Amino acid sequence: MDPQAAKYIGAGLAVIPLLGVGLGLGTLFASIITVMGRNPSMADAVKGSGFMYFAFIEAIALFALLVAMLLLFVV
Amino acid sequence: MAHSPLAQFTIKPLMPLEIAGYDVAFTQSAAWMLVAVVCATLLMTLSVRSKAMVPGRWQNVSEMLYELVFGIVKGNLHGEAKKYFPLIFSLFMIVLMGNLLGMIPYSFTFTSHIIVTATLALFVFIFATGLGIYKHGLHFFSFFLPAGIPWWLAPFIVIIEVISYLSRPLSLSVRLFANMTAGHTMLKVFAGFSVMLIAVTFGAVLSILPLIINVALVGLELMIAFIQAYVFAVLSCMYLKDAIELH
Repeated sequence: MDPQAAKYIGAGLAVIPLLGVGLGLGTLFASIITVMGRNPSMADAVKGSGFMYFAFIEAIALFALLVAMLLLFVV
Repeated sequence: MAHSPLAQFTIKPLMPLEIAGYDVAFTQSAAWMLVAVVCATLLMTLSVRSKAMVPGRWQNVSEMLYELVFGIVKGNLHGEAKKYFPLIFSLFMIVLMGNLLGMIPYSFTFTSHIIVTATLALFVFIFATGLGIYKHGLHFFSFFLPAGIPWWLAPFIVIIEVISYLSRPLSLSVRLFANMTAGHTMLKVFAGFSVMLIAVTFGAVLSILPLIINVALVGLELMIAFIQAYVFAVLSCMYLKDAIELH
């Protein structure tokens, strides 16, 4: 295989973790909405920690993006 | 490379300087770090100068930042919070200022370079490990073996715990660096779409669409700039807590 082509295929494969990130963000926000709907007085507390965990999950997507960018521009 | 979305991260020396064969030029990255330190210092000193009982706008900002970080430190370190608060607050302010100043057009985000974030993360990591060994002596290494583990599982647990402990500075630095790099690259990519669209038919009208997305993305980036500084402070606190309390 042409090394250039392998590089692009590898970059594509490197962003597969976005599947898990999508599932994780969906679960996170679904539970936040459920809690806010059931108990609106807890909304502020749930939102605060929710956005912190949003940052944690998003970081995984960015690690994948980083690998893809390394493959495309650096290797 | 002039229009590459990654061109914004190039480091340009403002004042070339070479000492003993090493390139120690004063770069725009260093200049923005100085700006960040000056901004943080001015914000925290000038805003509380009036010491009003009912805080004004600026005093409110600094009090909110102070209380936010003190809440994190208090929640993790309890009685010893006051001793470690200056460290965590300085880390929080330098990361926050770096992230926010990077959002100004034509400025430079120094937190988008792994060398900067890795230095901050290694500083926290080495300080926390040193503190643990200073406080507990050799007993610190019991941190890697949680109590109540069956003997045949112990070797695996120790290996996993050591690896997860050593990967802490890596994940702490890469999280901040990747967030900033990816965010700023995304902004430039969408700005590039606007420029490219002008060439096609009705392009001048259509090129407003990526611009609208870009405006929303700047809002998202401002939120992420703040959240990442907050996460950096929270995780530093948790590492200190682990060193002090050992599980």
